[in-house]
Amino acid sequence: MKKAKHWYDYLWVYAIIYFALGFFNILFAWLGMIDFLLPLFLAIFGGNKFFCNHLCGRGQLFSKLGTDLKCSRCKPTPRWMSSKWFRYGFLLFFLTMFGNMVFQTYLVAAGAASLREAIKLFWTFRVPWGWTYTAGTVADWVAQFSFGFYSLMLTSLLLGLIVMVLYKPRTWCSFCPMGTMTQGICKLKNKE
Amino acid sequence: MLSKKLAAIDKTRCVACGVCENTCPIGAVKVRRGCYAAVEAERCVGCGKCARLCPVDCIEVKARDEA
Repeated sequence: MKKAKHWYDYLWVYAIIYFALGFFNILFAWLGMIDFLLPLFLAIFGGNKFFCNHLCGRGQLFSKLGTDLKCSRCKPTPRWMSSKWFRYGFLLFFLTMFGNMVFQTYLVAAGAASLREAIKLFWTFRVPWGWTYTAGTVADWVAQFSFGFYSLMLTSLLLGLIVMVLYKPRTWCSFCPMGTMTQGICKLKNKE
Repeated sequence: MLSKKLAAIDKTRCVACGVCENTCPIGAVKVRRGCYAAVEAERCVGCGKCARLCPVDCIEVKARDEA
């Protein structure tokens, strides 16, 4: 029996488009805020993980690549990767890095630092990304946030792809910071 | 008629990602209020698709009388 398809079953296409757009114009990185705010909104006001369960384009992309295109070894995920310590530890690390990125944006907005037209992969490797932005198009801090946010998004995509290949298609979901955060909110809200 | 096997979920380890819900061919698994997934025992046919794709391996297919 085939399940009926919904419009949101194709959001993996949006994930591809999002990352592709970042190669041409970094300002499109702001669209990623949807992936940040919508899960929180649904968890806080709806008390559910509808975003993770149905709307996460990145998760769908991992399923497509891992299951349909057989790019995953489909080996068991190491148990520590889904332990509470690792999940909440990674969430804390991720939020710290997010805070750092917002602080860098603030420094640029305040004139204390200049715009860096580069992205940072795995919070370490600086990759020149200047062709995606023409100086002066928008305020420097807007562009700085784009570079920082795209770095975060691309890094998490790459991490997800690595664990997808090594373990199961959606191993990323076992320690995804948004998933951990929204599940925590739902548990608090529903007193589980 | 009920199947001989049934998927059982360890809700303490479930991350509520919804992979099982999307994989289940008959819609017998649902994520409950964003906290954990639960199986509708009467509908589950014990095919094990959810267990194969669960990223945290918290689903086990057991004999119905053991589950």
